[in-house]
Amino acid sequence: MPLAKRIIPCLDVDQGRVVKGIQFVDLVDAGDPLEQAHVYNEEGADELVFLDITATHEGRDIMHDVVRQTAEQIFIPLTVGGGIRTLEDMRKMLHAGADKVAINSAAIRTPNLITECAEAFGAQCVVVAIDMKRRPQGGWEVYTHGGRRATGIDGLEWAKEAQSRGAGELLVTSMDRDGTQIGYDLDLLKRLDDLVQLPVIASGGAGTLEHLLDALLIGRAHAVLAASMFHFKQVTIMQVKQFLHDHGIIVRFI
Amino acid sequence: MITIIDYGIGNLHSIERAFQHVTSEVIRTDNPKAIQQAERLVLPGVGAFGACIQEVRKRGLEQPIQEATARGVPFLGICVGMQMLFESSSEKGWHTGLGLLKGNIEALKPKNSTLKIPHMGWNVILPVQVTPLLYKLPEDANCYFAHSFFANITNPQEVVAYTEYGDILPAVVGQDNIYGVQFHPEKSHDVGLRILSNFAQLV
Repeated sequence: MPLAKRIIPCLDVDQGRVVKGIQFVDLVDAGDPLEQAHVYNEEGADELVFLDITATHEGRDIMHDVVRQTAEQIFIPLTVGGGIRTLEDMRKMLHAGADKVAINSAAIRTPNLITECAEAFGAQCVVVAIDMKRRPQGGWEVYTHGGRRATGIDGLEWAKEAQSRGAGELLVTSMDRDGTQIGYDLDLLKRLDDLVQLPVIASGGAGTLEHLLDALLIGRAHAVLAASMFHFKQVTIMQVKQFLHDHGIIVRFI
Repeated sequence: MITIIDYGIGNLHSIERAFQHVTSEVIRTDNPKAIQQAERLVLPGVGAFGACIQEVRKRGLEQPIQEATARGVPFLGICVGMQMLFESSSEKGWHTGLGLLKGNIEALKPKNSTLKIPHMGWNVILPVQVTPLLYKLPEDANCYFAHSFFANITNPQEVVAYTEYGDILPAVVGQDNIYGVQFHPEKSHDVGLRILSNFAQLV
């Protein structure tokens, strides 16, 4: 039996609370992270992603606590990203209980950080997160700092470079689609699958069950990440898995 | 009492926490004597084989591990900890392992080139032997894998369960009191906790 496709709820965390925005702005409160992690775990989520969108140092300490409490109670892989700038930041997050750490802006600034982290902790725990936006003339451009800063870097080229520098996985967010619930950027996913040998987690745009199916079937993604459609209880993880299973996708049932 | 061998590499918190969830007494140590006298030993491991085995040897832990396993102590290697049970590895050079099981650790090269490396995610394990370690697992039990190297085994009798990723790969290996799992039971939800609980009850 082939590897199951992973369904990954993502929690954006600010000062210890889950929040959700549309296209990276307009944040609304969406609950307590630990409580939600429990619910997703019970429903059969294959993995959890916490993105720390807090800007302050105090916020960082709160995040360590959130990760520690979650890891004590939930025995599925936990990925934490947001504000990871150094090897030491990554070490602290792993020690708090994260299984994988996602690096984004810092990897653009210091690409060698990917290699350092992979050598120190193993490639399996280094996720390179990439936020991309379509260019009017075609292709995609990488943005950093929570989508606020254009880099001029080509998204597909950067994905290849992240792979060659030792990333274990790519978490790719389409900024055009993030929070819109109009579906993933399938062209982007297909191009990535052709280009890189790493597992790709698709992010940005999930709104319906068909969107998830399309990302896996047409976009050939390894895993789908979604926030809005789970937080606002539009569907449960179980409903997603049953739907995908009915359409021939291999999923894990608990 | 579960003794987790802590040789300074990787994050042992999750393994420790998962064992604490299923049994009351868990310690982490790099003390050779404590390892030699342990009731049950767990050898974790992440990252590169060479770096892991080097740290085990540098701390003088190979001898106590060999002595403990020779006197029949239940032993569980996890991920690279499982890989270290074998004779050798060709990951980044050539390294000798603990030699408790027969075979070499090699890079995954699935015949189907569209398959991604690492083998990362949930996959079903297919038992080929009845063993107390896998007692009361559901059918089609899914476990969480994250690896780029695998055990190319010499003795098929040392394979307890396979998984399929392009090729058939050993997922659970074992011989007498010695077990190894390629996946991460500490991250494999109820299935993983069941395996750890089974290990904690092995006699």
